[in-house]
Parts: sequence; C-alpha cells; structure tokens
Amino acid sequence: MTAPPSEATVAPGHGLRDIAPAGRSAPARDVAETEWTRGRELRWRLRRWILSPQAPLMVLGFALVLGFWYLAVDVFELPRFRALPGPTEVIREWTSRDPAYGTSIFTSSYYTDIWMSLRRVAIAFCFALALGVPLGLAMGASARFRHYSFPVLELLRPIPILAWVPLAILMFQTDEAPVVFLTFLAAFFATTLNALLGVQSIDENLVRAARCLGAPPWRVFRTVIVPGALPYIFTGLQVAVGVSWFSLVAGEMIAGQHGLGYLINSSYTTTRYPTIVIAMITLGIVGFLSSAAVRAVGNRLMAYRTRGGGR
Amino acid sequence: MSAVVAQAPPGVNAGAISIREVGKSYGEGKGRVVALERCSFEIAPGEFRVIVGPSGCGKTTLLGAIAGFHPITEGEIRLDGELLCGPGVPQARPGGDRVVVFQHSTLFPWMTVLDNVTYGPVVQGRMTRDEARERARDQLAAAGLVGYEDLYPGELSSGVARRVEIVRALVNEPRVLLLDEPFRGMDSITKSVMQQGLLELYDRSRVTVFFITHDIEEAVFLGSRVSVMSTRPGRVQATIDVDIPRPREVGVLTSPCFRELVGQVSELVRDEARRAFEAGERELA
Amino acid sequence: MNAKARRTIVRRGILGVLAWLAFWEVGSQLGEWIGVAVPFLDKVPPPHAVVGDLAELIGEAGYWNSWALSLQRVLWGFAFAIAIGVPLALLIVTIRTFRGLFFPIFETLRPIPPLAWVPLAIIFWPTQELSITFVTFLGAFFPIVLNIVDGAAQIDRRLVLISRTLGLGRVGTFARVLLPSTLPAMVTGAAVGMGITWEVVVAAELISGGGNTSGDGGLGFLVWNSYQGGDLPRIVVGMISLGVAGYLSSTMVRALGARLMPWRRAA
Repeated sequence: MTAPPSEATVAPGHGLRDIAPAGRSAPARDVAETEWTRGRELRWRLRRWILSPQAPLMVLGFALVLGFWYLAVDVFELPRFRALPGPTEVIREWTSRDPAYGTSIFTSSYYTDIWMSLRRVAIAFCFALALGVPLGLAMGASARFRHYSFPVLELLRPIPILAWVPLAILMFQTDEAPVVFLTFLAAFFATTLNALLGVQSIDENLVRAARCLGAPPWRVFRTVIVPGALPYIFTGLQVAVGVSWFSLVAGEMIAGQHGLGYLINSSYTTTRYPTIVIAMITLGIVGFLSSAAVRAVGNRLMAYRTRGGGR
Repeated sequence: MSAVVAQAPPGVNAGAISIREVGKSYGEGKGRVVALERCSFEIAPGEFRVIVGPSGCGKTTLLGAIAGFHPITEGEIRLDGELLCGPGVPQARPGGDRVVVFQHSTLFPWMTVLDNVTYGPVVQGRMTRDEARERARDQLAAAGLVGYEDLYPGELSSGVARRVEIVRALVNEPRVLLLDEPFRGMDSITKSVMQQGLLELYDRSRVTVFFITHDIEEAVFLGSRVSVMSTRPGRVQATIDVDIPRPREVGVLTSPCFRELVGQVSELVRDEARRAFEAGERELA
Repeated sequence: MNAKARRTIVRRGILGVLAWLAFWEVGSQLGEWIGVAVPFLDKVPPPHAVVGDLAELIGEAGYWNSWALSLQRVLWGFAFAIAIGVPLALLIVTIRTFRGLFFPIFETLRPIPPLAWVPLAIIFWPTQELSITFVTFLGAFFPIVLNIVDGAAQIDRRLVLISRTLGLGRVGTFARVLLPSTLPAMVTGAAVGMGITWEVVVAAELISGGGNTSGDGGLGFLVWNSYQGGDLPRIVVGMISLGVAGYLSSTMVRALGARLMPWRRAA
C-alpha cells in the first residue's frame, strides 16, 4: 500500500483538507531520471543473474546438449546419428565466406530467404490484425452479432490450417498468395478469438461506470472496451506470431519459392544437410525476436500495468 | 469544527426520486424469483437516503433500476417527475444525471486520475478538455487529493482510489449519486475517513444520495433518512428520520440520540434478517 | 438463461451458418449462372457438390481407413508427448537444478516450428512413420510442457506452505498439492497440443505423400491426392473431415481432463 502515513492519524474534527498527504508532494515523474534508474536496475539484475547458479547451469545445459550432438555425430558416429550434420560442420558452414552448400551469413541468398519469410509473416500478420481485432471486438461487444457469427467461426477454426493448402492454391493462382493466406488464416483465428475473450474479460461494472458517466455506446467502445481488451489482444498477437511462423514454414515447404521453409526443404532434397540446421536455427531466432517485438509493443501500450508495483 | 458549508439552493434539477410500486422478478414458474415487490418510496431533493437490509433484499437491484442497469417488471420510477422506467420503458437509460459508485473500484486502469475524473464532462461534451481539467483539479484539491493527478489507479491506495471515484462522480454535477456499499471491506479507520470525506462533499454539493450499506452505524451517521428493506419480497419496511444536524462529526457517534437511532434501526434490521433466515430455512427443508 | 433466450441464440447461430453457406453456394456458382465470376470464390467447389461427395465417401471403407491412419499418427505422437512431456515438466518445476539445466534449451528450441524438423527427422528415423510420429511428438511436446511450467508458477505459494505446516514432506506436497494444482494446466496444454498434433500430421501427410500410394494414406493425404487428381469437392470433404476429427479429439481430451478434476465442476 502506498497510503501516506498522515491518512491514518486523523484527529477527530478535521476536514478532508487536513488529512490530505501533507509532506508528500506529487511523485517526480522525471522521465530522464526514471530511465536512468531503470537502466541501473537492469544492469544490477543482470549482474545478479550472472553470479547466480542459474547462469552456469544454463551454460552447462547447453554444453551437455551440444556435446551430445557433437559426440553422437562427429566423434562416435553412432548409427542413425552419423547421417545427420554435426555441429562443427554446421558452424563451419554458417560462418564460412565461401560455403560449400551455398548458404552462410556471408551469402546474400541467406538474407533474401530471411527477408522473404519475414515479409510474408509481416503481411499476413497485418491482415490478421486488421481483420481479426475489429471482428473479435465486435463479437465481444455485440451479443447479437456474436450469435450470428461465432458458429461460423467455430466451424472453420478446427480445420487444420494446412488442409487449406490445395484450396488456397486453387483460389489464388499465384505463388506468393497461398503461402501468405495460410499464414494469415492461422494468425486470424488466434487474434479474433483472443480479442473476443478480451472483451468478455472486462469487468461489467467498468462498462456500466462509463455509461452512467454519460458516455454514448460508441464512446464506451473506444474508451473502455478497446483498452480493456488490450491485454488479451496482445496475448493473442503473440500466439498469432507463433502460429504464423508455424504455418509459414509449412506453406513454404509445400508450395513456396524462397524463404526459410523453402530453404529447409530444398536443402533436404539436394542433400545439403548442414543448411537445414542453419535454416532451423535462423527460424528459431527470427521467431523469437518477432514474438519479443510484439510483447515489447504490448508492454509499452499497457505501461499502466507495470507502474505501481503490480496492484 | 470545520466550516459549515453553504447550502446549495434547491433548483429545478434537484434530484427528487419517486419509486412507485416497483417490482422486479426473474424466471418463470417454479424458478421464479421475486427480487422486488410493490416497493414504493419517495426521496426528496438533496436528501441523503440510506438503504439497509439483509442480503438479497433487492437493494442493489433497486439501485440498478434507478441507474439503468436492470429493467423492472412492474411499477415506475421517476426523477423530478420525468419517467425513468415504467410501463412501456422497462429499463432506464444510464446517464450522467445518475452516477454510480460501485463496491469495487471502477476507475479506468488505463487512464490517469485526471483523465478518469474528466471523463464524464468530456464525454458528455459539456466542456472542453481544458475546462474539464481545470474543474477536475479544483475538485480533487477540494477533496484533499492534490498531487495524484498523473498517477494511474494501479498506483493508488484503496482509500485514495475511492475518493477519486467519488470526485469523478460528483464532477458531473449529477442529480443523484448512487453508492452501492462503497466502503465495504475497509478497515474501520479508513472507513471513518471516507465517511467524513463523503459527508463533506455532500454538504458542499447537496446532491441527492442513494446509499446502500450493511453497516447500521454508517447508515445512521451518514443518512438524513434510513430505509430498512425487507426481503422476499423486497420492499421498504420502514423509514427512520435521522434528526442529527449537519455538519456531522465523529463526536456524533457517541451521542445518545445517535445510539438510540442505531438501536431502532438495528432492531428493525434484525427482525428482517431473522425472518429472511427462517424463510430460507423453510425453503431448504 | 431461460429457454426462450437460448432458442434465440441457437436460431441466430443457424441463420448465420445458413447465410454463410448461401454466400458460398452463390459465390462459387455465380460464374456459371450469370457469367460474372466472383474472384477467388469461383474456384471453390460449391457446397452441394461437397455434400454429395461426402455422402458418397461415407460408404467407402477407404475413407474410414484414412481416418484410422491419421488418428493413429496423432495418438502416437500425442501419447509420446504426454509420456515424456509431463514428467519432464514436473521435473523442471520441482528440481531447481534440473530447471536451470534444461529449461533454457527448451526455450531455445521452442521457437523452431515443428515442421522445420521434418527433413532431419526423415534423415534420422528409419521409417517414414517414425519420422512423422517424431514431428507430431515435437508439436505437442512444447505446449504441454510450457503449460505445466506456467501453471505451476501460478500456484498459490500459501498452499505449499500450508501443506508443510500440515506435515507433508516434499513427496507428499508434490503428490497432494502440486499435481492436482497443475492438472488444469496439463489439460489445457494437452488440448492445445492435440490441436497442434493434427496440424502437424496433416502437414506431414501433405509433404511426405502420406504413406502408401494406394490412396489410403490418411486424411491429409486424401486432401492432397484429391487436389492432384482434380477432384475438387473431395478436397473440401477432406478438410471438413479433418476439422471434425480435430474437434472431436480436443473435446475428448477436455472431457477426460474434466473427469480427472471432479472438484472443478460448477456448484
């Protein structure tokens, strides 16, 4: 509780003005100072983590797994394992200026593939956001609309995204569109559902309060429902990013040109095995970064939650 | 003794509530629940009316009906002669003339205190944002809440939050202020501070107040008249006038007049509670 | 909610679905009817053709065989994910050292889409079935573990403290407090994992041809095969079948979960 101490020690007979926090002025919200203390806090936290048992354990864990991989593939050449690309091969290939299989951090095709995949996810994600959030919000806000539209959504949602591949290819006769469409579809369902849940999670009394303060329904929607649903919407967006990458890779493997999924598939069919692993790791990194980006935007927009010690 | 605040002159929009033969029931047949039945009473403009009664006697339903959150099935409610809800209009439209303070905080968590308080006037278009801000600052200052304007509700203590919420309601100059057990669950010290604060704001604005509580002492301390509601059916059993002069201070709590009134109300409430309890037991048996 | 309100909701739902079906029917046929083709939609087979094809297929053994094949793959992968994922998650949650060792690796591997593992799986595992099962396992494994870890983090610390006060040792606390508390998260993780399993199985069946070329290669293969053979309505039949299968599986997981948690039944 951040109650000023003077509040509890009221002498009887005093008016409100006297029990107002006397010595405590408005907390200084100097932006520069806050950011400086935050930077300091982060550094302190980082140092504490490095010195904790967590850090060496993590290193040990990675070492164990990488070690196992190295031993199984490169050193002992265990059956089944020896066909796999080993860590030394992968790292050597990834960092070489003239990669034997054509893809490394020094080749432009690597970045083209990353860019192609990123671009598709971004476009699909934007569409899903633009269509899914309003739809979900509308379904949450209007019971009538929800009664008409929710069953249709729930009929389509269980169909695995990849089952749409042939239909997508038929509908959009180009190369790019089906892949983007699949990615969009996956993100769309997650976004819509979470937006709907977000609206339903809002305390009914908040809406009532807004209405009895005189807000017309549209104003209530804009100032209460949308901000109120934001936490769930961002959870939905993070999920959407995850399923977007999932669908994108599948789509690229089946029906795409360029991109990381396509790279994995083509590397497999042309027996360029180390490249498979390079592409997989890249996918992991890019996927993680995109999720983190969404989360960061969400935290920024909902900064009011973190202030005040998480009441 | 704090300063006696000037009385607001009674005006046209003075907030007289007229509740006539109001009934509210849900369900059909066997599962039919009668929340209110032939509930009638009148609240004069500027009156501080407190409603007490056992759980489930329809107090909150009545408040909801006045505010426009629940429909009624019989009777009518009028505000200054205008029909709020009644035959043909089962549910009133919520509006800035009847503002509610709920049991749990309904400050908008994503807006600062200032934005919360200016919400009503801005959204109703009655003032520009700057005018509303100035007004809000004044009212917050008058309520002893200087320095909180740019904080978010998550950063406020519960006592401060409640006060902000009451200011948010009053800044709209409503005809009626409806409060549904606003101080429930607070420790007694904070509660007494809140009560004092509310009384000050009331004395200054003389808005009509409809206040629900379980706490009988609170009821008699705050109210001009205290109505005891019965349960099953929900109806006003009796109304007691509290003749203690305003402004009231903590010293009132030990006066013999006060204690007698509390005794009277307690007895009425206890009878009702016992009846309700027995009725409940009979239904279970 | 009274019966009348419920009827209204059902009525509206049915109307909504019918409206959408009508839109689909008209949209896909408009080109034929009046010569003005609706973009995208006119390439899609109309509902009546789909229904007709479904009616036909239901009588064929091969169709149900596809169901069985896909279900089999799903269940194997799912079973492994539960068998390995749940104990692993519980270890992560109870033994701090283990958590420090393995959770970072888990989190590092998690963003890699399961399907990206397909080529490596094919290289590694001797049979195609095993590789599909492996990828299916991966798909369900991550959400199951994650949900349990998240769920355990949300356990009210006081419950643990109380159990200690009541004299339960580490094992007792584990069995009587931790397990039941994480059960809801396990069920949620399982349901999510089940959904992903279907996605992966379909993808795997599409990518790797689904097994034997005789045409009985699972529902995903049914979809792809129909596409390649130009049998458009059958594509949609396959999609619908997959939707139904996925929905039924998730529902069963949740129903099973609800049975394991009798305390959760609404009063």
